[in-house]
Amino acid sequence: MHVTNHSINAIMRIIFLVFFLLWGVQAIAAAVEVKNFDTPEQERVYNSLISELRCLVCQNQTIADSNADLAKDLRAQVYKMLQQGKSRQEIVDFMTQRYGDFVLYNPPMKAKTSLLWLAPLLFLVIGLLVAWSVVRKKRLATRSESAHDSAQSEEIRRLLEQGDDR
Amino acid sequence: MLKFLTPLLIFAVLAIFLAIGLNLNPREIPSPFIDKPAPPFTLQTLDDPSRTLSTADLKGQVWLLNVWASWCVSCRAEHPVLNRLAEQKLAVIIGLNYKDEPEDAKNWLARLGNPYDVSVLDMEGLTGIDWGVYGVPETFVIDKQGVVRYKHTGPVTDKDIETTFLPLLNTLQAE
Repeated sequence: MHVTNHSINAIMRIIFLVFFLLWGVQAIAAAVEVKNFDTPEQERVYNSLISELRCLVCQNQTIADSNADLAKDLRAQVYKMLQQGKSRQEIVDFMTQRYGDFVLYNPPMKAKTSLLWLAPLLFLVIGLLVAWSVVRKKRLATRSESAHDSAQSEEIRRLLEQGDDR
Repeated sequence: MLKFLTPLLIFAVLAIFLAIGLNLNPREIPSPFIDKPAPPFTLQTLDDPSRTLSTADLKGQVWLLNVWASWCVSCRAEHPVLNRLAEQKLAVIIGLNYKDEPEDAKNWLARLGNPYDVSVLDMEGLTGIDWGVYGVPETFVIDKQGVVRYKHTGPVTDKDIETTFLPLLNTLQAE
């Protein structure tokens, strides 16, 4: 009984291992798509573009990462436009005209997105202000404490001296 | 006093932001086409692939472009709603049959009813890309000048028809 339990465990482990390994293979499959480029430069632009464009179906993946049908179509579209000699900016414009700024993982700086861009700076300033006020409060507290201490020791010395006189 | 109020205030601000965030629908991406001319297409019709329909043919009419496919589950949920809308004859309804097999599409319409005045074929999904389609079904409302006035992402419900589509179509027809 004990032995069978053991072997079942081992089999389960192997099944899980195979499962996860295959899963990994499937995820990589999206990235391995054979595309031929005229120049290495074109390939570089292609790879950087597909990792900057959002897959709108899956939202938190780029079209490079995603297996979704739409991501596949958009990759093909990027490839086709590059083959036609379109520039990087022309392709980005093509995508934003159709899908809005949301398709870009790097949203452009605009009035509408200013909060998005400036918020980290704002939070940094708030953090610095809080830190500054805490430090200042602490310093004031220690200063009055040491003032208190010296007054006390003065008193002690006075009392001791009185004691000596007697 | 301030010591107690500050955390309370921070909590209130956070709660408001989170509440807004929770009520936003992340799938609802604002369409950049609103109040812009509809992207033109000329496509084969589903009924007769030797004939085509283009956006130019629809000038002067208020029309709906409903993106659908026989493989799309939500389209099935939406279908009876569209059938009821079609009965009211408030606007021309064009179906964009998106990345579908024409045979499947025909069977689907034969079985569930056909709300479309015409369905056109976009088997490669290229017209879909031109219209910024990212999730089927989607429904666009186009006015008499050929300008996109509204976009609905996801299945249209009876409530959407009641609250949004009917008033919009009525105003557009009167324009």
